[in-house]
Amino acid sequence: MTTTLPSTAPVKSARSKPWKKCLLTLAASLAFSGAQAEVNTTGLAVTDTTVKVGILHSVTGTMAISETGSVQAEKLAIEQINAMGGVLGRKIEYIQEDGASDWPTFAEKSKKLLVNDKVAAVFGCWTSASRKAVLPIFEQYNGMLYYPTFYEGLEQSPNVIYTGQEATQQIIAGIDWVTKTKGAKSFYLLGSDYIWPRTSNKIARKHIEKLGLSVVGEEYYPLGHTQFNSVINKIKLKKPDVIYAIVVGGSNVAFYKQLKAAGIDMTKEKPLVLTISVTEDEILGIGGENMQGAYAAMKYFQSLPNDNNKKFVADFKAKWGKDTVIGDVTQAAYLGPWLWKAAVEKAGSFDIDKVRAASPGIELTTAPEGYVKIHPNHHLWSKTRIGHARADGQYDVVFETAELIEPDPFPKGYQ
Amino acid sequence: MFAEYSSSELLSIFAMQGVAGLILFSVFVLMALGLAIIFGQMGVINMAHGEFMILGAYVTYLTSNVFSTYLPDFFSIYFILAMILAFIAAAALGALVEWSMIRHLYNRPLDTLLATWGLSLILQQLYRTVFGAREVGVTLPDWLMGSYQLTETIELPINGLFVMCLALGISLAVALLMYRSRWGTQVRAVVQNRPMAGAVGINTAKVDRITFALGCGIAGVAGSAFTMIGSTGPTSGQLYIVDTFLVVVFGGASSLLGTIASAFSISQAQSTMEFFMSGSMSKVLTLLFVVVILMLRPQGLFTLKVRR
Amino acid sequence: MSSMLSSQSMASFLPKKEMLGFVVLAFILVVVLPLSLDIFRLNLVGKYLTYAFVAVGLVLCWGYGGILSLGQGVFFGLGGYAMAMFLKLEASDPESTKIQSTPGIPDFMDWNQLTELPFFWQPFHSFGFTLLAIIVLPSLLGYIIGVAMFKRRVGGVYFAIITQAIAAILTILIIGQQGYTGGVNGMTDLRTLHGWDIRTDNAKYVFYFLCVFMLFVCLFIAQFIRKSKLGRLLVAMRDKEDRVRFSGYDVSNFKIFVFCVGAVFAAIGGALFTLQVGFMSPTLVGIVPSIEMVIFCAVGGRLSIIGAVYGALVVNFAKTSFSESFPELWLFAMGGLFIAVVMAFPNGLAGLYNTYAAPKVDALMDKLFAKKALPLVSVEAQKADTQHAPIKNTEIKKSAADSQTMPQGALHE
Repeated sequence: MTTTLPSTAPVKSARSKPWKKCLLTLAASLAFSGAQAEVNTTGLAVTDTTVKVGILHSVTGTMAISETGSVQAEKLAIEQINAMGGVLGRKIEYIQEDGASDWPTFAEKSKKLLVNDKVAAVFGCWTSASRKAVLPIFEQYNGMLYYPTFYEGLEQSPNVIYTGQEATQQIIAGIDWVTKTKGAKSFYLLGSDYIWPRTSNKIARKHIEKLGLSVVGEEYYPLGHTQFNSVINKIKLKKPDVIYAIVVGGSNVAFYKQLKAAGIDMTKEKPLVLTISVTEDEILGIGGENMQGAYAAMKYFQSLPNDNNKKFVADFKAKWGKDTVIGDVTQAAYLGPWLWKAAVEKAGSFDIDKVRAASPGIELTTAPEGYVKIHPNHHLWSKTRIGHARADGQYDVVFETAELIEPDPFPKGYQ
Repeated sequence: MFAEYSSSELLSIFAMQGVAGLILFSVFVLMALGLAIIFGQMGVINMAHGEFMILGAYVTYLTSNVFSTYLPDFFSIYFILAMILAFIAAAALGALVEWSMIRHLYNRPLDTLLATWGLSLILQQLYRTVFGAREVGVTLPDWLMGSYQLTETIELPINGLFVMCLALGISLAVALLMYRSRWGTQVRAVVQNRPMAGAVGINTAKVDRITFALGCGIAGVAGSAFTMIGSTGPTSGQLYIVDTFLVVVFGGASSLLGTIASAFSISQAQSTMEFFMSGSMSKVLTLLFVVVILMLRPQGLFTLKVRR
Repeated sequence: MSSMLSSQSMASFLPKKEMLGFVVLAFILVVVLPLSLDIFRLNLVGKYLTYAFVAVGLVLCWGYGGILSLGQGVFFGLGGYAMAMFLKLEASDPESTKIQSTPGIPDFMDWNQLTELPFFWQPFHSFGFTLLAIIVLPSLLGYIIGVAMFKRRVGGVYFAIITQAIAAILTILIIGQQGYTGGVNGMTDLRTLHGWDIRTDNAKYVFYFLCVFMLFVCLFIAQFIRKSKLGRLLVAMRDKEDRVRFSGYDVSNFKIFVFCVGAVFAAIGGALFTLQVGFMSPTLVGIVPSIEMVIFCAVGGRLSIIGAVYGALVVNFAKTSFSESFPELWLFAMGGLFIAVVMAFPNGLAGLYNTYAAPKVDALMDKLFAKKALPLVSVEAQKADTQHAPIKNTEIKKSAADSQTMPQGALHE
């Protein structure tokens, strides 16, 4: 209980002056010797044979529904890396902590991982709120977080690698596709009431207006809301070409079930439903038959027909059961340990600063989604795909952007 | 704001919005009836009410799985059976809870609140352990899906109609039970004066147990019906609890008629406001409106006059 | 109030036996914990102690006044948000926010296209105003709620449910008005207080001791209320409200007062929470945390203000250690705790202490202090002092039954 590590204490802030950091790093590196000194200069939990990392997700509480897949993917990746001989010859050991869907708990646990366990990297968080809660701690204690969820952007921390898409990557490609291919002219924007749907819809609205098309309605419901009949009536009345839905969690289930019950058959595409929040994971709860015909814009679908993905899906099912499904975020979580491994090997060290410096430009050709690359702004270059929901709960990939899309967390002209 | 619509469109707006309000009303009635019996008649605050509903939903899920695996020919009628099973399961759990916990806590309403909250946590974790943290999708028979085209512009969702009929049926059944059966007379006697009821030979302990079980059973049926419109997950039950309590309290705790009237007024207020403003704001305003009225008229809309 | 309290002497305010409780608690919080825990764990204890403020307030409202509020999170949130607004403004100086389209306003406002600071944020530039707001806002809200409810004789379960609805309203509002409140993310990334970095270990120590100090201030206020005539009236009201009313007291005013006190305690806890944890979010305002706060109080013993502190510490410590080793089991344990504390130990830890440990400690005390022990406490005060006389379960059942017969009884028709 009483262990305070001399070596973490000096590295109080990522903002401390560079020369100071150099000195401290030097001083710290003198304190270690042998094989450790080459790969580890900041007192991380690294021995000659093992390296400790943290997994920080909600196993309990309302978010456990969503975060389970991420935990499974991260454990699978770690296991596979270990089977290949680990990172710099060291086996990865993970310490899993439960954020319990509670943001102060996330902050508390992340601090425990960084300060007490001295992990070399943390794979975790799902909601923006949990990321915002742990961010100051990662910056203060200079940790490295691999964050898997697609999110609203407007952030770029030196201590986070965002392995999911930021909003513009997901949204602009989707709207361009629906206008070009489906000839959509009018949109109804709908979302759960919090920052990600609101920011995403803001970007969507700007882009739609830029294209000279119209937004006929924009609407938000509290998280967990289960009665959507009124908004469905409004939608019927306004007759938009596209319902652009960013509903999350339990509300999702209610929304799509009620949409179907109200006689809006999504397979007829009048109106067409385009979502950025429903992955294969969510369809499990909604029911494939209620989702059939909807389109989703994201970077990964389980049905992607490339070899990397086939192997990934097979491995995932072999480890976690044949009935499990893999959504966009699960795949992004899977990338975390691999990207970290690549960066550590490029840097030749577990040292956070060196890993950070080595991260931009890291490529992964074995990613299930295909090829990804870390941008200097710590987000990933990735393609965006459009999936068409089938009755069995899977998506058919009907479109894929030709090029990798550049991540742009602070998009000009969209704020 | 109506200028952009034609008169026939306006007509269909009001018609559809009216139906939406009625569906919400039925949902509220289903949620609140079980609680109104338990809270209104027995004075027990059952914070685990939502979890009893979710129990019904999970029973429905299991039944649908069993049917689709073993009896695919009869899949179209499984829902009826599922509701009966949901009632039995929830009522049985209710009776067990009453026997092991609640009966020791009559006279301490605030303590039942805490104890049943603990129960709700345990049930949530139990569901999570058994069914997994993810929501489960309940497949519905085809005849419950889709909508009924009334006119060209007015469509009625069939599951909504089903919920309405169910709410009506259960309300009538409960009313008959309470006011036209021997058991109902006993319940009302116990509510009005427990020692006196005991003195005339009513087995008050038994009446309590059956009342509690009945309330829980109705919650189970409601949960079963809600698989058509909402989500089924370990924590879904919590979404309903505040609304449910407000409906019961607003109605005047011990009056079934009051519960129905309050469900009606709250649902109409909410669905009307939802049409004119954003969902979040209309929710806030509805809650606020109920709280303010309760402050002005703390006994709720309807009260039972009892001489004591 | 002061006139009715003036006759109280120090000894009756804090008799020796109760003094022991305060001294032991102070010893644990000031000496034992800081010496035995590293700063990470100590900071956690500090966080738990902020919940103790709420629990102490609940002892007064619920244990003594019979008013169970399921919306204490609202007041905790008010205090926490007031402090967070001040710190957020300080963290959003034009220099560090220069990448925004409008520098100098909090980042979440910028994301929501606000181009200037809303008027109600302006006064929070001043630290003095913020401190004042932490006291005044919750008491004002508590007063409004109190007047509306207690003057109309709403009580018991009705009050509990309405406060719960208020917690729901505030949460939806905070999440929905994210341009003004930070929405579901809350206010994060709070850095400095008057230029002093609040994230350093030193600051954490300072805040811990500040928290302990404030807790003792609140404990003394609570003890003062408990020992005053007001405290006895509250107990009398809880047990037989009509008799107190017929004796000529305006029952509602006492209830309003004690509810406001509980609200202010909660708000102080909230403000200290923000300082120690570094952010504030709507998850601390809603129904679930509000009910959890009640359990801290119930575990500690609803009639013991010292017990409430232990209750908050023990439950949270259990939560942290349980969720570290068996996250799956935590909810079972928590649920079981709720049921056990209601069914088997209605007086919580304090009840257990009084039944099993107190007699021995008393004997020891008597030996040590020989004769000087108790003569100053009047017999009457001892009677009213329910805390340290071991209460049998039947007694509390009866008192609760009298005050809360449901449903019409609560309304006194």
